[in-house]
Amino acid sequence: MFNFGQWTAAFNSWLMGLGTPEWLGITIECVLIAVLILLTYTVLALFYILYERKLCAWFQCRLGPMRVGPWGLLQVFADMFKILIKELISLKDTDRFLFKLAPYIIITSSVVMLACLPWGNGLQIINWNIGIFFVLAVSSVGVLGILLAGWASNNKYTLIGAMRSGAQMVSYELSLGLSIITMVVFAGTMNINEIVLEQANGWFIFTGHIPAIIACIIYVIAATAETNRGPFDLPEAEHELTAGYHTEYSGIHFGFFYLAEYLNLFIVSGIASLMFLGGWMPLHVPGWDGFNMVMNWIPSIVWFVGKAFFISFVIIWFKWTFPRVRIDQMLSFEWKYLMPFSLANLLLMTLCVAFGWHF
Amino acid sequence: MGIDNIKSMKHEDFKDNEYIDKLVEELNATGANVMVGKLDELINWGRANSLWPLCFGTSCCAIEFMSLGAARYDMARFGFEVARNSPRQADYIMVQGTIVHRMAPVMRRLYEQVADPKYVIACGGCAVSGGPFKKSYCVVNGVDEILPVDVYIPGCPPRPEAMFYGLMQLQRKIKVEKFFGGANRKEKIEDFFKEHPEEKGHIG
Amino acid sequence: MSDIKEKISKICPSATFEEGETLLVNVPDKDWYAFAKELKENKEFDFDVLTAVVGMDWKDSIGVIYYLTSTSHDWEVISVKVVCENRDDAYIHSVSDLWGVANFQEREVYDFFGIKFINHPDMRRFFLRNDWVGHPLRKDYDADPKLNPIRLNDEVNEDDTCSYVEEDGKIVKRMGKVFNPDDYVVNIGPQHPSTHGVMRFRTALDGEVVKKVDVVSGYIHRGIEKLCEDLGYAQILHFTDRMDYMSAHQNRHCLCMCIEKAMGLEVPRRAEVIRVMMDELMRISSHLLAFGCTAMDLGATTAFFYGFRERELVLDIFEKTCGARMSMNYNVIGGVIADLHPDFVKDVKHLIEIMPERLKEYHTVFSKNLIAKNRLKGVGMLSKEQAVNYAITGPSGRGSNWSCDCRKKHPYSIYSELDFEEVLLDGCDSYSRYMVRMKEIEQSCKILAQLVDNIPEGDIRCQVPKIIKLPAGRWYQQVEASRGTFGVYIESTGEKTPFRVHFQSPCFNLVGVMGICCEGNMIADLITIGAALDFVIPDIDR
Repeated sequence: MFNFGQWTAAFNSWLMGLGTPEWLGITIECVLIAVLILLTYTVLALFYILYERKLCAWFQCRLGPMRVGPWGLLQVFADMFKILIKELISLKDTDRFLFKLAPYIIITSSVVMLACLPWGNGLQIINWNIGIFFVLAVSSVGVLGILLAGWASNNKYTLIGAMRSGAQMVSYELSLGLSIITMVVFAGTMNINEIVLEQANGWFIFTGHIPAIIACIIYVIAATAETNRGPFDLPEAEHELTAGYHTEYSGIHFGFFYLAEYLNLFIVSGIASLMFLGGWMPLHVPGWDGFNMVMNWIPSIVWFVGKAFFISFVIIWFKWTFPRVRIDQMLSFEWKYLMPFSLANLLLMTLCVAFGWHF
Repeated sequence: MGIDNIKSMKHEDFKDNEYIDKLVEELNATGANVMVGKLDELINWGRANSLWPLCFGTSCCAIEFMSLGAARYDMARFGFEVARNSPRQADYIMVQGTIVHRMAPVMRRLYEQVADPKYVIACGGCAVSGGPFKKSYCVVNGVDEILPVDVYIPGCPPRPEAMFYGLMQLQRKIKVEKFFGGANRKEKIEDFFKEHPEEKGHIG
Repeated sequence: MSDIKEKISKICPSATFEEGETLLVNVPDKDWYAFAKELKENKEFDFDVLTAVVGMDWKDSIGVIYYLTSTSHDWEVISVKVVCENRDDAYIHSVSDLWGVANFQEREVYDFFGIKFINHPDMRRFFLRNDWVGHPLRKDYDADPKLNPIRLNDEVNEDDTCSYVEEDGKIVKRMGKVFNPDDYVVNIGPQHPSTHGVMRFRTALDGEVVKKVDVVSGYIHRGIEKLCEDLGYAQILHFTDRMDYMSAHQNRHCLCMCIEKAMGLEVPRRAEVIRVMMDELMRISSHLLAFGCTAMDLGATTAFFYGFRERELVLDIFEKTCGARMSMNYNVIGGVIADLHPDFVKDVKHLIEIMPERLKEYHTVFSKNLIAKNRLKGVGMLSKEQAVNYAITGPSGRGSNWSCDCRKKHPYSIYSELDFEEVLLDGCDSYSRYMVRMKEIEQSCKILAQLVDNIPEGDIRCQVPKIIKLPAGRWYQQVEASRGTFGVYIESTGEKTPFRVHFQSPCFNLVGVMGICCEGNMIADLITIGAALDFVIPDIDR
């Protein structure tokens, strides 16, 4: 399988070969990577916006964007141009600093998470032993941005939206964390790269059988809630709270929320593909060498992105099928069903690992 | 000017809008720098193709607007479907239905809450002139008494096709605007509000 | 109740009677409240529904006409007239504690005529701004635009209420507040995606739980009733299409019937059949929209598009025959304006054929969904007694198991010949109201199936004089519109124009129970309840 690490190593040795001092070399590389991440971020977010708009149109017997560019491909670019130059309204009687800070917190947290994902073989920015733990930690920062946005806007709707969001994210963080811990128990490591490599002989969802499948289902539900998407889109429940926590934001500040919302969708899908579907690892079946060879020809980055898109598709499918739940129903669902279930599942997985009841 | 790139609505085919032709003439007379002109075109392309409506309907026209969003007419094709419930994020207000005295201050405030650039479409007979309720004691005779209107769509209620036509006219109008210099929209709006002040407590 | 006059004379000796379309009882204000209490609570009368409250200005005096219906006595209707001689300082006793529906009705009368209701808990204006000068439906109203210009400043003191109470024989004004000073009040509307128009609910919240709802209406009040007084009978027809635009045919049918009744016109059979078919098509279209909007308000956007897909088929039928998708203006005095399109029968048959299958699809997509059920069931409880007390008719009333279908109770047109069921459910919650609508679509299809092959040949309208004049008198006509019983009251003095027209809209009553239904539920349920009651705002405000 092609290792993207060769490219980066070659670039590094070329840069060092020019006689650049080490600190400068590292700085240049960091800047390059930062630019790359931000570019990927924008492109992915724009793609996701179009992806969702097209998908929802097809679910609803419509065509979706068609007029701007071929099949409406340029629609999102038009939207972005417009949002960029739209007026930024500053409000009276608000906490200006926090109001302006909130969108940046949200976008930062999602950019950092994006940076942790294993994009392909050797295509990973940081590889440390607590990778997945770090991702979980950073993902919790996003809620701070939402709370700040709701609080700083000085608006009753945004405040209710932010409070709902706080309750929701804190609750579902538990199931999300527990289902990931279940898989960490199975993998035996928190290092993202090693988790991927462990799945070379079959993805966790197959090798971990029942507890892994349960964990996967719990993860997808919790992830839907974590990204504030339907049926758990209460913080911005359009039909109750106009636009929820970002009611008062306009222009590019709103654009940040809008982009982050879609990018978080990609990130949770990416983590799901990492934990359950092997990350960038192609589909391998032990013993079928020919089949495995063919699978290896597909570049690892395609595998990763493809899996993430698939899981996003499922989450988008939820949104356009189910009605929205009510806040009390949502919380009781988490605390009464999902969390005990994931705890039991963790126990089951531990037993499976302890007694070697897995493939 | 980039007014002829809206698909299916070539400028030559629709040389029916004197107002826009006059606007183009005015703008061309002042002339513009090539770079700035190109940038303007890009910005206007973005603005014209990404018109997000504010969910705002008072009566029958709103139902036709819902039909416009539904599968048969599907305004998503033009990118109009991202209807925002918060005025801060909307680009235009389509006034669908009668505006009465009690609604007038709300309407005005909604308009002020929309971030620039903002446009107003008066949709349906009531919003254009008061329609069948013109003689009523509490109906505003046309939303242009309180807001600067960009496009009028007559009908009671207008058919979804008519709404599309109106929206396309708005797109054409946006495409001849200038972000850098030229006919300044904002000044015109300010003039309008000077003529229709709030302090006076009443209009006309 | 053949001996009703004697019975009334016994309990209220001061009552006098006027014969007319319905019996009119003249009662002086001092006896009115006791008489009303007797009418409601005495089992011999048992007038449990206050059908309509019509404010009147007879130039020399001012007053109110009440229409009462007794559900236990074969839906018999009686009208009561209460007159005040003192035009400028008119007081009438409130009956809002007897019939809940009177609460908003009396506020409307106060707004339009300036009649103050003694013991009414909340005597604020209902439709007009609280700084409005004058009462517009009075005959001496000064319509000078200088008095009431377009005010662009916000309303002030909107939290202040007042009530008039009797103390030691004198009438005292008491001031009050709608909300406590420490209530957390969230303003929902007038521009809000789920109010289905420009309705405003000021909502006091305790966390996410609704404590109190204050309905502020009038953001689309166009003064239709006043406009009617200056126009000829043929000219007022089009207003009905624009009140409840989702019941355009039924409303117009009602007004036409009322005028035809007064003129003694005989409508050709073909026109009657066409009218009924159009009514039922309109009902299907309206219920489909209600389905779509309920789904959308609950966040199931896709179901909305499915509902609209079929609604377009109905609109196609309308468009071919009437020439418009909405505001059809199809019924006219004496019949209908144009003959059926050649495709009509084919299109209707197609619609009836596909509808059962599509309804199944709706149930799969939305009604049977667990989340949807949890959101709708047990939310917005309204008992049968409350429904009767607040005169909640239509699918919402039938969802509370109140048999109130005007097509069965006061059969009009050709409904008595048709075979259909009145859908009743006893859940008393939002889910029942929603399911009644879905089942009524089936019933409407059943009616259409009976008629589509039996449209008789003949004229589509009868001969009507060029200038339409109604004899002096008063008429009240009801039909079953998509959202409940729609009533038209016309009082004529024999002129070309009506002396007074009053539209009793079903949605007006629906919004009256928002407070009862929402209290104790969560803020998200307010949206659900609104969607399931399915009111159309221009019908409330008129």
